[in-house]
Amino acid sequence: MQREGQVRIPSGCAISGMIDKTGRRMSGEAIIKSIAVMHERSNGLGGGFAAYGIYPEYKDFYALHIFYESSAVKRDCEDFLERHFDIINLSKIPTRKIKEITDEPLIWRYFVTPLPTKLADSQLDEREFVAKCVFRVNTRFDGAYVFSSGKDMGVFKAVGFPEDVGRFYRLEDYEGWCFTAHGRYPTNTPGWWGGAHPFALLDYSVVHNGEISSYDANRRAIEMYGYKCTLQTDTEVITYIIDYLHRKKGLSFTEIAAVIAAPFWQTIERMEPKEREVHEYLRVMFSAQLITGPFSILVGFDGGLMALNDRLKLRSMVVGEKGDMVYIASEESAIRLIEPALDTIWAPEGGRPVIININNGGKS
Amino acid sequence: MALNYLYPEYEVVRNYERCIACRVCERQCANKAHEFLPDLNKIVCDDAKCVNCHRCVSLCPTRAIKITASNNTYKNNANWSGKTIDEIYRQAGSGGVLLSSMGNPENYPVYFDKILLNASQVTNPSIDPLREPMETKISLGAKPHGIERDEQGRIVNNLPPRISISMPVMFSAMSYGSISYNAHESLARAAEELGILYNTGEGGLHEDFYKFGANTIVQVASGRFGVHPEYLNSGAAIEIKMGQGAKPGIGGHLPGTKIIGDVSRARMIPEGSDAISPAPHHDIYSIEDLRQLVYSLKEATGYKKPIIVKIAAVHNVTAIASGIARSGADIIAIDGFRGGTGAAPTRIRDHVGIPVELALAGVDKRLRDEGIRDNVSVIVSGSIRSSVDVVKAIALGADCVYIASSALIAMGCHLCRSCHAGKCNWGIATQVPELVKRLNPDMGYKRLVNLLTAWRHEIKELMGGMGINSIESLKGNRLMLRGVGLNEKELEILGIKHAGE
Repeated sequence: MQREGQVRIPSGCAISGMIDKTGRRMSGEAIIKSIAVMHERSNGLGGGFAAYGIYPEYKDFYALHIFYESSAVKRDCEDFLERHFDIINLSKIPTRKIKEITDEPLIWRYFVTPLPTKLADSQLDEREFVAKCVFRVNTRFDGAYVFSSGKDMGVFKAVGFPEDVGRFYRLEDYEGWCFTAHGRYPTNTPGWWGGAHPFALLDYSVVHNGEISSYDANRRAIEMYGYKCTLQTDTEVITYIIDYLHRKKGLSFTEIAAVIAAPFWQTIERMEPKEREVHEYLRVMFSAQLITGPFSILVGFDGGLMALNDRLKLRSMVVGEKGDMVYIASEESAIRLIEPALDTIWAPEGGRPVIININNGGKS
Repeated sequence: MALNYLYPEYEVVRNYERCIACRVCERQCANKAHEFLPDLNKIVCDDAKCVNCHRCVSLCPTRAIKITASNNTYKNNANWSGKTIDEIYRQAGSGGVLLSSMGNPENYPVYFDKILLNASQVTNPSIDPLREPMETKISLGAKPHGIERDEQGRIVNNLPPRISISMPVMFSAMSYGSISYNAHESLARAAEELGILYNTGEGGLHEDFYKFGANTIVQVASGRFGVHPEYLNSGAAIEIKMGQGAKPGIGGHLPGTKIIGDVSRARMIPEGSDAISPAPHHDIYSIEDLRQLVYSLKEATGYKKPIIVKIAAVHNVTAIASGIARSGADIIAIDGFRGGTGAAPTRIRDHVGIPVELALAGVDKRLRDEGIRDNVSVIVSGSIRSSVDVVKAIALGADCVYIASSALIAMGCHLCRSCHAGKCNWGIATQVPELVKRLNPDMGYKRLVNLLTAWRHEIKELMGGMGINSIESLKGNRLMLRGVGLNEKELEILGIKHAGE
């Protein structure tokens, strides 16, 4: 049986997310309840969470979460990490033994900062240096896989139903200002933990429901800019596109949405001249980053969350608000369960991003 | 008649029960294959003069005529085919180079026909182009390396000049001279109505057609025929023709018999003189010289026009394309070995160059591997026969395709491959006034518009089936392709999987 990365595996999914606009932290309990109610949208072959604001005591350090298949590869990988980073703290990620989650790899967490000499020698900026090291581990060390590499955030994922994955990782013990969750319905049985979602690079994490039809166009384009799509999943390529557009090209999330779920030309033609010129520019300049086919995504980033549907809205996604809280999920039930008395609830139009920025009182 | 050993390849079969001796066939045949015998009130045919262009077949009011392959045969021989023997007789008789027209007719693999397309089932939905927007608009040209913003943080439009067209198909270079005024007018008007571009070819531009400038690519070839500042500035883009798929390694040839009147004026050469373009550009003996010509043309046009460099698909096409992508060119056009022509030495047409599918796959991969795919757009040509060839070319990595033979066929060409004789009965590849007027540009242009309108519908259907609603998401999307009956090396070069994988 080929594992994720050796073969492309389409999958359906459930997604859920919640964020406090003021940056107030909450426990991971609610997100587990929310994703659990959409149990039917997963098939037990992958679940996971991204949590932001969970490591305030180490907020200036990159938190590397790594799966190891053997202690031998762990040693090799740690040698590599020590040559490139100052490791401030390392430990097993705390887990709870439950019968629903089996065959777990070794799961370790490292809080690191690049060694100043190495960083200077590389002539890269700090985040590019870290991203390059992550790619290096994931492509060169067979049996080691970095699945989370941001600051003050972490991804927790496994093969299983998402609610079981949440209990396995003791997610209720963490407190963060934003959580996203994913339940996966892949169309065969890879049984590999690295293939579960969210997918993350640096502080960007993506949970995604859909199967994009532009995949290979997007993959071949992004690989030209130095990314390596090792998993062959939509979520991986979407994450790299967002990293490329935001970190490397300096686009805002509103602009990113106008690239990946671009307005139709017929819509652009009706815009005011100034706005029209920007949209035409973005479509031409980043034509290979347009994503077609069904998707609903939640993009977590340092300081906020973006929810976005494909431009035809071929996947369900609703947004609810209550006070400072914003909830987003594939199904309304996943929101109502944890907040029955919402101030508002709506289904965003295809291609219209919902962006919550906690440094800006929740506005995009 | 002198003995020439040749038996006609085709027979004109006349059904005398249907023939009413109206003499339409006689009048329509510029090759004089039909002759009316008044004493017998009967029309007879000389098969040896027939080029199998179907003009008489199409116009016969009683459908009394058909053309069949002659079944006269030499003694069977797997090595010495009848065609090979005839060619030796012909050369032994004339002492000349064998000449041919249109594309390579030999039995080489057509890779487009060994590639199948994908469609959505269950895990994602197909999209209905009758009910949802389906985008075929594209933009061609170079892209800048970075975003620029003004003091307010607004994005500044720093895109170099580009071409924006309604669908990824344009009319390829066919010079005024090789084809008729009416054929050029049909192409120009069709391009304007369709929102695409046509290409002047290397024969300059007739003064009547300057008004189609926004839909025109002006070509600069090694002969520099008809090139002057007004010409260069009249089009939407400029194409440097380094090579042509039908005849890699040699320049264009137009016999003096076609250089008459307007053609002579557009080319800026005397009437009746042969227009023989040099094999190379004599100011381009290497890649650094090409760069100088690219920038000379940009200087001459104020950096307002994208520059296309057209090359024939030859063995080291990937390295050549890589060089061109670093030469300041905005667009590379790659013409495969099946591309058509008004006249080419047969041996070159049939044996030089490589299939465009392989050239395209190699070039697209090479430019991506080198990180310079954004420097240029890629147009491919060399026998794009249908909408599905367009879709497959885009999925392999092309930005756009050129068509020429398909366009000529739409206007009535029956692929008799006799353009070099200058007696095109369909009024396309001729300058004989009474033949030219047989092509009515009102109808010619309409048939071109119809053809590409139909193709656009089909492209949308095929894209919708794949769940793709923008042509940009098809570009280079090789997962949408599978090979059938291809070996591992062919699949590796094309960068696609085999059906069933």
